[in-house]
Amino acid sequence: MVNPTLDKHQELDATLYRPIYETGKGFYITMAVLVAIILWALYMYSTQLREGLGVTGMNQPITWGFYIVNFVFFIGISHAGTLISAILRLSKAEWRRPITRMAEIITVIVLAIGGLSPIIDLGRPDRLLHIYESGRLQSPLLWDVTSITAYFTASTVYLYIPMIPDIARLRDRGGKLKWAYTFMAWGWQGTERQKRVLNRAINVLMVMVIPIAVSVHTVISYIFSMTLQPGWHSTIFGPYFVVGAIFSGIAALLIVMIFFRRFYHLEGYLKEIHFQYLGTLLLVMSLLWFYFTFSEYLTGYFGAEPHETQIIMYKFSGPFAIFFWAMVLCNFVIPVVILSFRKFKTIPGVLIASIAVVIGMWLERLIIVVPSLANPRMDLPLGIYIPSFVEWSLFAGGIAVFILGYMLFAKFFPIISLWEIEEARTEGIREVKERIHKYLPGDEDFQESIQTIAKP
Amino acid sequence: MPKWAMVIDLDKCTGCGACQAACKMENNVAIVSPDEAQQGRVMFWMDMIVTYEGSYPNVHEKRMPKPCFHCENPPCTKVCPVGATYRNEDGLVGQIYHRCIGCRYCMVACPFTVKVFNWKAPKWLDGKLECFNPDVSRRMAGVVEKCSFCAHRLMNIKEEADREDRPIRDGEYVPACAESCPADAIYFGDVENKQSVVYKLSRSYRAFRVMEDLGVEPNVYYLSKRVSW
Repeated sequence: MVNPTLDKHQELDATLYRPIYETGKGFYITMAVLVAIILWALYMYSTQLREGLGVTGMNQPITWGFYIVNFVFFIGISHAGTLISAILRLSKAEWRRPITRMAEIITVIVLAIGGLSPIIDLGRPDRLLHIYESGRLQSPLLWDVTSITAYFTASTVYLYIPMIPDIARLRDRGGKLKWAYTFMAWGWQGTERQKRVLNRAINVLMVMVIPIAVSVHTVISYIFSMTLQPGWHSTIFGPYFVVGAIFSGIAALLIVMIFFRRFYHLEGYLKEIHFQYLGTLLLVMSLLWFYFTFSEYLTGYFGAEPHETQIIMYKFSGPFAIFFWAMVLCNFVIPVVILSFRKFKTIPGVLIASIAVVIGMWLERLIIVVPSLANPRMDLPLGIYIPSFVEWSLFAGGIAVFILGYMLFAKFFPIISLWEIEEARTEGIREVKERIHKYLPGDEDFQESIQTIAKP
Repeated sequence: MPKWAMVIDLDKCTGCGACQAACKMENNVAIVSPDEAQQGRVMFWMDMIVTYEGSYPNVHEKRMPKPCFHCENPPCTKVCPVGATYRNEDGLVGQIYHRCIGCRYCMVACPFTVKVFNWKAPKWLDGKLECFNPDVSRRMAGVVEKCSFCAHRLMNIKEEADREDRPIRDGEYVPACAESCPADAIYFGDVENKQSVVYKLSRSYRAFRVMEDLGVEPNVYYLSKRVSW
């Protein structure tokens, strides 16, 4: 017996395996470019190690610069993944299935880059282990170390566990690296018991990961808000940072999705509807972000405490005005205009909005870190910060690591969760039907009749 | 236990900068090239804040020497991840250069911007001009440093007083800046000893501390007849 839909599905799923077994010329060229950028960044970092942080543009009073900006930015992007995937899974959003893994990979890679940024920023990276030897839990930096480590661990496990059935498929197909896949598949045979354990593990993890993810960016905001500096010492910083993080995360996720759809030919999986839904989420986050920004600046401006006002004016009309208004344009005007109208809310439209948001959120981090330091409370001259070539190189290096990491991941593992898609075709459809009937009044005896419908 | 405090009389201060020079020599503070200084990497433990009031031709220049304020409730020590900056048993805020990891969180947290960082390997005068104070350790690249109220002097004096079994006399322990001030504008001593000069001056109607509203309780008092500082 030949089932035509089953054949079609298999053919479609073959496109997911293709990038793993076939390597094009484009792949090697991109990889060479990225490796060159990373090597260059490493070389630049070695000059910093030899000569000290003097090779950067930082000074007194602007003692934190690009590295800390990137730290906050990258960790923010990392909220794309695990948090969004967990929320979508938890809310049983069926359209999540082709997205979750892509999102989770972003988290793991970006978190590694973000976590390294403050280490790059250290004057004495050789003494890093002093944090363990004589760490003080009272310091917000220690809170950061704790919660980022927890988040990295949890999100790596949360990426890996749902991958096991897919790794087992790769193992069963044989070919290159069979031994590695065999090891990583952890003896997966797809038995009922294994499925039950897997689902249970995913359920536990997704609930656990949400508070950890929220804590990560809250604690990062605490680094700033625990000090007495005007512009930082604000109670809404925790939620403000979390909102910004999710906002930039969704944008980054959309960019990655559009990229893969285009170059890995995933049009069959990532459909218009996914971009519509995530676009709506981005719109909501944009409005939420604006609400927080508005409250933050209005309270500061209205209260008119002299130091606070000085910093706000520095951002509104001073040297940082161009960045500030560019941020408002990128984070609010562009996404809201594009995503509110159906006419613009196409895939290219969503791409433009997402790129704007990522740039805007980076600017936001810059605007939070630098102006407060440039305007010290004492009557000192305004600080000037011009990032040096080393800082730009390391920034480019960070982005290159992200792209390369993603490319390599897609080289060895399917970028879309195969088993979850398959599960959707059988159990998912049945479950959704049952669920809808549960919501409806007077449909209680439908339960039995449905058992016969969706069996393949 | 004594509570060490400094009083700087701004009405007497001529802004000559002798305190800065004395501090640099006393504490082996690195000498930064003019280029680097221009970039905002100048190293002064005793800084001089210069502000201008009014517009030409009625310009008024104000000068204010600024050491570390050695707060009672220091915001910098709270945030240090490794305890490299701390309040020692004498109530002075110290720095442990060999423990500092160079994250510069304390510099960010200090509302008075008193801390400086070794952005590059420190340089001093070379050749015949080289002269180090053996009592003060030299710093390395990548660590934070700041005014210590010449804590090394206190250590010597404490030993001496212990040997002779007596309390430290008023005016016995003075940092290099106070010692060198040609206008005698800097006083130093135990602010809790009612016989000390510092006690009397800190109660003066002219006395104020910088940004008292922050609640960090600086131990440096300024004296001035002017209302706005």
